[in-house]
Amino acid sequence: MKDTFTILGSGVVGLSLAAEFHHRGASVQVIDPNGAPGSHACSWWAGGMLAPECEGVITEEAVVRHGRSAADWWQSNGADLSHKGTVVVALGRDQDELKTFAKRLNNAVWLDRNHLNKLEPHLADHFDHALYIKSEAHLNPRQTLSKLHKRLQRFGVAFSDKQKPSGQIIDCRGLAACDHLKDLRGVKGEMVVVKSAEVILNRPVRLLHPRFPLYIVPRGDGTFMLGATQIESSERKRPTLRSVVELLNAAYALHSAFAEAELLEVGVDARPAFPNNLPCIRRTSKRIYVNGLFRHGFILAPALARMTADLVLEEKQPEDFYEDHR
Amino acid sequence: MPVFYGLEITSRLMLGTAQYPSPAILAEAFKRSKAGVATVSVRREAGHDRAGQDFWSLIQKLGVTVLPNTAGCHSVREAITTAQMARELFETDWIKLEVIGHADTLQPDPFALVEAAKNLNQEGFKVFPYCTDDLVVCEKLLTAGCRVLMPWGAPIGSGLGLNNPYALRSIRAHFPDVPLVVDAGLGLPSQAAQVMEMGYDAVLLNTAVAKAGDPAIMAEAFAKAVDAGALAHKADPMLPRDMAAPSTPILGKAFL
Repeated sequence: MKDTFTILGSGVVGLSLAAEFHHRGASVQVIDPNGAPGSHACSWWAGGMLAPECEGVITEEAVVRHGRSAADWWQSNGADLSHKGTVVVALGRDQDELKTFAKRLNNAVWLDRNHLNKLEPHLADHFDHALYIKSEAHLNPRQTLSKLHKRLQRFGVAFSDKQKPSGQIIDCRGLAACDHLKDLRGVKGEMVVVKSAEVILNRPVRLLHPRFPLYIVPRGDGTFMLGATQIESSERKRPTLRSVVELLNAAYALHSAFAEAELLEVGVDARPAFPNNLPCIRRTSKRIYVNGLFRHGFILAPALARMTADLVLEEKQPEDFYEDHR
Repeated sequence: MPVFYGLEITSRLMLGTAQYPSPAILAEAFKRSKAGVATVSVRREAGHDRAGQDFWSLIQKLGVTVLPNTAGCHSVREAITTAQMARELFETDWIKLEVIGHADTLQPDPFALVEAAKNLNQEGFKVFPYCTDDLVVCEKLLTAGCRVLMPWGAPIGSGLGLNNPYALRSIRAHFPDVPLVVDAGLGLPSQAAQVMEMGYDAVLLNTAVAKAGDPAIMAEAFAKAVDAGALAHKADPMLPRDMAAPSTPILGKAFL
């Protein structure tokens, strides 16, 4: 009889691990309080930008390196990806922010107004130049998680809210695992979804600002996700007026037609993070924890799934993000 | 070393704790700079049920004196409520008092600041007021009971350095016995050295370190500059001399 594995949590990490384990022929079940992905997982609220280069400006090289393989992994696991790159802009007096960002970025090109007009005509009305990172992609997190969940069910992976764990336990519960992981903390994030018939953006846009940075991800059908705050608080509810005002104000500064957009949703959750804001595959004598993906859930879950499967199925030690606490 | 409200601090460098890439890098910046005080904001992080506690525990583990602040407050009432919350959370009566008057420049509201300082001093707080470089406001803050002054160098996060060295020198000259800290606006270590050369007791900064490509190295650079500036002040520097105006007749050019 082949070994069985129990994955706790059906957020982006749990599902990615379930997919990777299944592909490698392992028998796996997923236990989750809801039995399926949903709003209880912080990846449900994510932006879904597969933007390792942009993230590399504020994080470690290993995140960029592993993140570059994320788009291929998601595509081969049935996700609908948009490969249109990322555009980065800054308002008039914040141009130095853009220069600093460019200096710390790999693989970016400067766009003048003519070039910007070809990619994002609506931004060319407001911005003289921008940065363009061609290699990046984005996806819709909720669609992606739901689709992967259905796909795994089709493959015979069992999802349950009550089943008892059996075999080796791989704990991917995100912030809920702070009962076991004492160095895990929450970093609160708030987001807004709006709908506008006037604004057209074809790809994720980042607006740099020293205090109110913003990203806007087009979700199709005139909807846009505006994100996200980053507050040192483990609170998973209670989006504040200040945060929402800041996000909306930044969106309005990016494109004045957002003023007439319809407010569809205000969301909030807290990202699980370790003190270095890097993920960790932590092996203890009882279970393996895969956690702390911070703001890099969709970028890093594929690499962590691969490394965890290597560790568990082939006893191959992960090249990064690994701690042995046995 | 500076003495604030009877407590001697081990360093003339004070660091903020916001905007670092991670708490681990923040800790490394404190380690390399040996900064003696960490300011920390509580208003936005507190949420309900002390939701910011995990981060605050990491700050408390730095082993430095914690100075909670009222960042994000725009009125006397907000500042007082936040100070009371901070006292409970950190079990300290130290409070860095910020009352912002202008949302864009984050310039302090001098009128609300003085009023809040008076109230908090009466409640037994030890107030570190973040103020503009206005001599009269400084005087009023001292009258309100403050025993430390923290005038700005330039707007928060601007990195402009010392916008008005004259005003800062003037404050130093008028209050020779009051501990003075330049808070906010510094971008480069040379600017921190300049503050200390003026005879200030300490500098407090955040963005210049947190937003540097390598925060820990920048923190160390600031620590060295602060030490250099303090030593220079102690050494009684020579005054600049205008060599373009000869003080004695030049007979020949041999001794020029």
